[in-house]
Amino acid sequence: MADIVINTNSIGKKYFIGEKLDGYKTLRETLTGVFSSPLKKAAKILRGRAEGASGLERAIWALKDVSFKVGQGEIVGIIGKNGSGKSTLLKILSRITEPTEGEILIKGRVGSLLEVGTGFHPELTGRENIYLNGAILGMKRKEISLKFDEIVAFSEVDEFIDTPVKRYSSGMYLRLAFAVAAHLDPEILLIDEVLAVGDARFQEKCLNKMNDIGKQGRTVIFVSHHMPAVMRLCDRSILIENGKLMDDGPSTRVVSSYLNASCGNMPEREWLDMSEAPGGDIVRLRAIRVITEDGQVSGTFDIGKTVGVELEYQVLKGGHILLPVLHFYNDEDILAFESNDIDPAWRRKQRPAGLWKSTVWIPGNFMSEGTIFITPAMVTLDPVNGQFHERKVVSFRVIENRKLDSARGDWPGKISSVVRPMLKWTTSFGPVNPQGRGVLNASGMQYGSGKNL
Amino acid sequence: MEKALSDETGILRIAPSRGWVALKLKEMWGYRELLYFLTWRDVKVRYKQTVLGAAWAIIQPFFTMVVFSLFFGRLAKMPSEGIPYPLFSYSALVPWTFFANGLNTGSNSLVSGSNLLQKIYFPRLIMPLATVFSGIVDFLLALAVLFAMMFYYGLTGTVNVVWLPCFLLLAFITSLGVALWLSAMNVQFRDVKYVIPFLTQIWLFATPIAYPSTLLHGVWRTLYGLNPMVGVVEGFRWALLGTNTAPGPMIIVSAAAALVLAVTGAFYFRRMEKTFADVV
Repeated sequence: MADIVINTNSIGKKYFIGEKLDGYKTLRETLTGVFSSPLKKAAKILRGRAEGASGLERAIWALKDVSFKVGQGEIVGIIGKNGSGKSTLLKILSRITEPTEGEILIKGRVGSLLEVGTGFHPELTGRENIYLNGAILGMKRKEISLKFDEIVAFSEVDEFIDTPVKRYSSGMYLRLAFAVAAHLDPEILLIDEVLAVGDARFQEKCLNKMNDIGKQGRTVIFVSHHMPAVMRLCDRSILIENGKLMDDGPSTRVVSSYLNASCGNMPEREWLDMSEAPGGDIVRLRAIRVITEDGQVSGTFDIGKTVGVELEYQVLKGGHILLPVLHFYNDEDILAFESNDIDPAWRRKQRPAGLWKSTVWIPGNFMSEGTIFITPAMVTLDPVNGQFHERKVVSFRVIENRKLDSARGDWPGKISSVVRPMLKWTTSFGPVNPQGRGVLNASGMQYGSGKNL
Repeated sequence: MEKALSDETGILRIAPSRGWVALKLKEMWGYRELLYFLTWRDVKVRYKQTVLGAAWAIIQPFFTMVVFSLFFGRLAKMPSEGIPYPLFSYSALVPWTFFANGLNTGSNSLVSGSNLLQKIYFPRLIMPLATVFSGIVDFLLALAVLFAMMFYYGLTGTVNVVWLPCFLLLAFITSLGVALWLSAMNVQFRDVKYVIPFLTQIWLFATPIAYPSTLLHGVWRTLYGLNPMVGVVEGFRWALLGTNTAPGPMIIVSAAAALVLAVTGAFYFRRMEKTFADVV
């Protein structure tokens, strides 16, 4: 393991939320208070309210007893719900606010990025803001001058570099702001949710830039609740909940446990009371589960992993031909695909009464990233009759870890197709024949017109 | 192999501070470029959207001088130590305007820069410091008019003019001292916003701008120097116009008062600093 560069030890942060417990005071009380205790007031001003009025105001611990270590070159994601304390942690690490207790030791030049464009002034030109913002982020003037052209090129606003930024479109403004930030090169970089801004293309560009930063061996702490970004950038994640460190480990594990706990993914549904279960006199659904290859119920799958969906149903009246059906919807409510039971063992055969289980296996590298909702249905054949159809009773999430190979190949951008199957590609290479047609023509496979591109 | 972080040099330690804390002037020096850029921003921005631009730096003290000359000079026949009254009052208004503007913008610097406070770390002392610094540009413009007026009235000035920077420094320290106190208080108690105009107005008349300090004598005059602006104004008049107010015991009192104000202000500021980002 590498050298430890950040060591936080039992960090806690207490906030006074300013709500006095003794309720409202009358104006008279307030006035007499002012006149009767000017010395107390003066003392309060000198000490500051935080200490002066403690005991009267309600205090909350935004963070409590948070300890972790970060090694040189690690990229660590800090995740948690809004208000869980993750941003407070970042503010303490970047020295914007002091912890109430505990201690942090940091080795190396720290740069923090809590928003893009901190200190940008609308009246100043793009050029002036680059210098100002760079200085605020901790760059030296010489450093900014050296990187100036690079920053302008990255921002794609070169034409308007001498225009006040108040005339910029919001997109240009963000690009310029991010360009400055992206050229910050401290040894330790602390980043908060800066990707929450801008259009998809811009976010993609930011993510890629951050990926590059990570590859240069710098230590990065990345606070976000955008799970795909965390999965993509960070090998390790720390989960903060209610100000406490709940989990710390490989992103794949921490992110999935977080998603399972908080995002309402329901990978399992059971009906214990048969009279309540979907279905009728012939067949009723007892349970549906999304499972891993090992048969464990799970709500989050890596894009390369096989996903199993298990249907458990009670056949109440034997002698019918059953066809279990599953519909898979994505988060945009598009029916991504559907699957009908084709198991030859019981295909077109009458089934006796009893408890049945049918499982379908969806191969890895087939679905796209995102949440998948499953609608199970049961049909009896000859004649066709629907027995039950339960809309979106379970769901699971497909996440992509870009460190592993997938159908994405080397494309860094967004993939918006509904499915993302891993398909076989072949490549041939050969000289161009005099007719201008590729020699591959002979085999009947022609790609393009044969022109050399 | 894991190497533990020990408390060696080059390691930043973040821990809660209690009570009074060090000023960390060395760290401030490391951030001098930021101080430069923030000052430069203040100067640039101040005039970018104004019609009259830099002329404002002159208009403010100049018209105050016109008003003073009419009421105190012409009507009240205020003594002016043999100097034409407009020149007498303007020579005091130039450092005064620098002081008052520094006090005003400096005291509001943390509140108006609250976004910076909440988003990035740097030594907070830089914020009031940069705003007071940026007033020097205005000061120089107003000073140029003062030289033009001296030329107009046929005053050649004295060699004592070389001491002028010292008096400017005194005005700077005084302005910064007040700004440090008020800006830190302003974060928690917005009452300060209402105190500032009131304070500057009283302070204006407590300073020998419309009248000469020679109205006071002996030990009273020395004690008058407890208002550091008295030393500044009299110093300016002596250095530029050759009045009979050469630095004496009074200027020592003024300098001491200004230093006490600035040093206590800086410590108070540092003490309150840890709460800035949370309460601003």
